[in-house]
Amino acid sequence: MTKLLDLKDLRRAFYGLDVLRGVDFSVAAGGITGLIGPNGAGKTTLFNVVSGLVPPDAGSIWFDGQEIGGLAPDKVSRAGLVRTFQVARGFPKLSVFQHLMLYGRDQPGETLWQAVLGSRAARDREAALAERAWEIARFLRLDGLIDNPAMALSGGQKKLLEIGRALMAEPKLVLLDEPTAGVNPTLRNEIGERLLELPRRGISVLLIEHDMGFIAELCDPVIVMAEGRVLAEGGFEAVRNDPQVREAYLGRRAA
Amino acid sequence: MLNYLLFIATMGGLYGLLALSLNLIWGGAGMVNLGLAGFFAVGAYASALLTTTGHAPILAGWALALIAGGLAGLVVTLSTTRLREDYLAIVTLGFAEVVRLVAANEIWLTRGTDGISGIPGPWKAALGTDFNPVYLVIVLAVLGVVFVLVRRIDRSPYGRVLRAIREDAQVAQVAGKPVLRFKAETFALSAAIAGLAGALYAHFMSYIAPDLFLPLITIYIFLAVAGGGTGRPAGALVGAYLLMLLLESARFIVELIPAISAVQRAALKELLIAVVLILVLRLAPGGLMPERIPAAPRPQTQGKP
Repeated sequence: MTKLLDLKDLRRAFYGLDVLRGVDFSVAAGGITGLIGPNGAGKTTLFNVVSGLVPPDAGSIWFDGQEIGGLAPDKVSRAGLVRTFQVARGFPKLSVFQHLMLYGRDQPGETLWQAVLGSRAARDREAALAERAWEIARFLRLDGLIDNPAMALSGGQKKLLEIGRALMAEPKLVLLDEPTAGVNPTLRNEIGERLLELPRRGISVLLIEHDMGFIAELCDPVIVMAEGRVLAEGGFEAVRNDPQVREAYLGRRAA
Repeated sequence: MLNYLLFIATMGGLYGLLALSLNLIWGGAGMVNLGLAGFFAVGAYASALLTTTGHAPILAGWALALIAGGLAGLVVTLSTTRLREDYLAIVTLGFAEVVRLVAANEIWLTRGTDGISGIPGPWKAALGTDFNPVYLVIVLAVLGVVFVLVRRIDRSPYGRVLRAIREDAQVAQVAGKPVLRFKAETFALSAAIAGLAGALYAHFMSYIAPDLFLPLITIYIFLAVAGGGTGRPAGALVGAYLLMLLLESARFIVELIPAISAVQRAALKELLIAVVLILVLRLAPGGLMPERIPAAPRPQTQGKP
């Protein structure tokens, strides 16, 4: 089992408050790893630090054989680690198609002179990406909405589009922040089903989720965080029966 | 009368260049440049000085204006990268004032408030009265080239990234786009276009002085782009010509009102322009030619060439 992502003693404080207090864990290549924990455990901060939006105070982040701690977000992304946001964030006035195309890698047409002059390489890449974008849109059943701006999508469709963006980017690892937050149960199941496609395409997943049913169905292993540290790690059943985890979620007396 | 129309058409073309310049960064990448008049002045002075004091050919002056505008734009963006985005607006506003004050006070170089006169026009002596129509053709040709250029950018993957940056720069960065590079390049290109417009202006008027580059020009161009349609080059162009038409026709309209002083007339002219803009934005919030979302190419129609 190769370690795709390896965090060692990761620390980050905000205004004197220690949010991450030495996080150690690793994510293996090829599966869906769940990250759970009560509110305020530091899960989203961890995503922010790993994706480069917030530099760590201390500790190291190894990803796919290189240290990425403190790298700018675009470099982290190009190294093959893409993230989504808890409240689906995108580009309100860009269409579904434009969102998907934007996430395509290695686009020669993104250099100024090739944009102006045009080049065969840019045209070919654009056509290849367009084909992929259509394929992904159909897979997510967003093809009927392909020219709609993101602001016209429902919350669930935005979440599906985030998965589409991750597929389009072909990363090695994608960090999903609550892929089913605020989504109805039917669409929740659909999102879960679509998520299973990611590892099949060689994309490993680390996801934050509060829906335990969803975690139980999809994730193995599960990592539990509380108060800025890893509390437990393992299969869902084992983790659920861990007394420390029960205490963190329910409080001492209930446990 | 013909000369007056030619003058309006030429000035409209120059405003059109400035509008395309502003639309590239404002409509494209969501960056605000309140110092457009400053880059316009940099180009005008660069070309005027090179061709008068430096006795260089006019084309060399125009080339220098492009380079000087672009470099100034690069310096301004790179010096604001660590600041929040709204500060770029303030820095550009300050930049334009600095340019104007330097032009007014560094007399050894710019001849101060006296301005620079005798700026040569292309084949001016040989053309005589034909100079104005020929110059209009030159301006329109440059405008055409710049229009094609910015529209190509607008429709390219590069333009797609710019739009993403406009909508949410952080998400664009998470998507793997080097946001700073895109911003710096685009701003420099936009400033270079403004500089070129300045040079074309200087050689058309044959005289420039610091008080020809007041912030009012920048405001006018913002009106043109907002009214015409942000995020669409054709909209910016239409907006610029409509603005020119409005500015000039307002002059005649206020003449028709009896029993007011010249000062009141001037104020009324500004008021009229403001009312028209408010009406346009009330009735067509995206401008006259709002931004369109390009349709995705349909796979079935995607035949091999």
